[in-house]
Amino acid sequence: MNWSRKLINPVIDKEFRLRMRSTRSMLSVLLYVLALGAIAMGFIYLFLYLGQRGPQRFDPQTSQMMFYVLSFAQLVLIAFMAPALTAGVISSEREKQTLSMLLTTQQSSATIVLSKLVSALSFMTLIVLATLPVYSIVFLYGGISPKQLISVFVFYLFVMLLLGSLGVMFSTLFKRTIVAIIVTYGTGLIIFLVTGLLYLFFMGIEQRNMYVNGQSPAPGSYSWVGYLLGLNPGGAMMSLFNPSFSKDVFLLYGGSLNSKAPIELWLEFLLVYSVVIVFALWIAIRNIRPIARRKRKDKAKDALPPEQEPTVSGA
Amino acid sequence: MIEITNLSKKYGTFHALKDISLHIEKGTVFGFVGPNGAGKSTTMSILATLMLPTSGVAKVGGYDVTQHPKEVRKRIGYMPDFFGVYDQLKSTEYLHFYGASYGIPRVEREQLIPQLLELVNLSDKADTYVDSLSRGMKQRLCLARCLVHDPDVLILDEPASGLDPRARIEMREILKELKLMGKTIIISSHILPELAEMVDEIGVIEHGEMVAQGKVADIQSRLRVKKVIHIRTLEREEELAEKLRDEPFVTSVLTDNTGVHVHYSGDDAQQSTLLRQVVSWEIPIVSFQEAQSNLEDVFLEITKGGPRE
Repeated sequence: MNWSRKLINPVIDKEFRLRMRSTRSMLSVLLYVLALGAIAMGFIYLFLYLGQRGPQRFDPQTSQMMFYVLSFAQLVLIAFMAPALTAGVISSEREKQTLSMLLTTQQSSATIVLSKLVSALSFMTLIVLATLPVYSIVFLYGGISPKQLISVFVFYLFVMLLLGSLGVMFSTLFKRTIVAIIVTYGTGLIIFLVTGLLYLFFMGIEQRNMYVNGQSPAPGSYSWVGYLLGLNPGGAMMSLFNPSFSKDVFLLYGGSLNSKAPIELWLEFLLVYSVVIVFALWIAIRNIRPIARRKRKDKAKDALPPEQEPTVSGA
Repeated sequence: MIEITNLSKKYGTFHALKDISLHIEKGTVFGFVGPNGAGKSTTMSILATLMLPTSGVAKVGGYDVTQHPKEVRKRIGYMPDFFGVYDQLKSTEYLHFYGASYGIPRVEREQLIPQLLELVNLSDKADTYVDSLSRGMKQRLCLARCLVHDPDVLILDEPASGLDPRARIEMREILKELKLMGKTIIISSHILPELAEMVDEIGVIEHGEMVAQGKVADIQSRLRVKKVIHIRTLEREEELAEKLRDEPFVTSVLTDNTGVHVHYSGDDAQQSTLLRQVVSWEIPIVSFQEAQSNLEDVFLEITKGGPRE
């Protein structure tokens, strides 16, 4: 199996072995699936038996709502899981005093950083895929297309990649794992909560300004505030479920319903955070080894032919 | 093989290394000696491409450690003073991982790893998880890891620290074997007497400065370390000690249950005159022997009064 040897480099191979041999990993999968299962069962119980009009039937519309609830719950669980799994990948090697030996091997900085990220993402993907049976309850009652399910799972992958890249970056920047984890959670909080709150805040101000001026917005106009919600994973995921959501977000009260959203929220999310991911990984790769900062200067000196080399007289 | 020129390392205002220069020939075993915090580990980290020097040049096998770190890494096996292991790997898997990280094909590794385990006397622990190995075994496994890509240079930072006497002896035997294999070894240790019989050269470093450097014998003679003569008698030990105190070149005389210890600053001819004198006193002498000063004496002599000429 030559292809697998090429794909699985020594660092990934080692990470997989270590990860799958720890009981903590197995417990994580169990607890995660239990948590999501409990949410699904709780939802069904609430709807069927605790409704205002007594026991009700579980129709496709309810099933669709359950899918939304499960998807958002999963998004929150990922937000908690990804920093914990990635923010220690480099700093824990440093704490366990194995990093220096790894850095003196022939593995490049990029290989080490990306392999560790891929390994952590693979484990998260395993956990998320392990929740598929819970989603099968939704399919039992209908209301959701497989395409929607796939798009949500691809979206999860992207969110995990985003949080994972930030986690790995902080893991190389901070010596202690606990600091890296806290900073990654802090950044996660900004992405998940602060962007949403900012959207609500500025939307409120914009709407108020409109009422004070007493003018309805020009046909086809949209507010810049919508872009803020495009930075929020919840907003982006909602736009995946409901294509008209993006339009509503950009629309001011009283605006033209015929105007189109300037950009789909999920697309804005992908574009903006792709840049963040690339930047975070670049910083991580650059910072894992001390070499490089002086390199360019020295190389320039090296490039000079011997007779042109600066000489120090009287040394 | 190792060339260090005016190497300095500063952490803020603290000078960890001050203009160190060093030249180590191929196949030499170089003992790096100095108290804690003197700069040994910093020098070794720079050689292992893990740290950038503030100024100066360090080369391994002709390659500059800052400009060609990848080439340097191919040529060195580095064992840090403190290291961890991946607990949930078996000894062979541990070596496979590092072997693969150095780009050694699996087929070659399959043959190489049993040989390495045999070299470090861990053949019977091949399938044991690393976390269940003793500290001495982990040190030896780490040494095997350093050798996995057959490097020319071994940089061993305190390889015997924290080991019990037996484990130290085992480590020393392996290092002797490596010396016979022609490896260039740079080794730091607190256990100086153990280094004495295997190092060709030593460098003594203190407060980031190289205080003395060269062949062990040269340094010993240059420093004119005082001789200690050990005399054992059948009886009249106290009388001998009294008489010795009045002899020329005798700086001090101590007695204990092993005999009389004479600190003597005379040369060999004067020492022979002293022996004749002792015999003439007709005290029953069992032995008259010059105790060999070891690396530890040299180290103490050099570092006690700061830098010397």
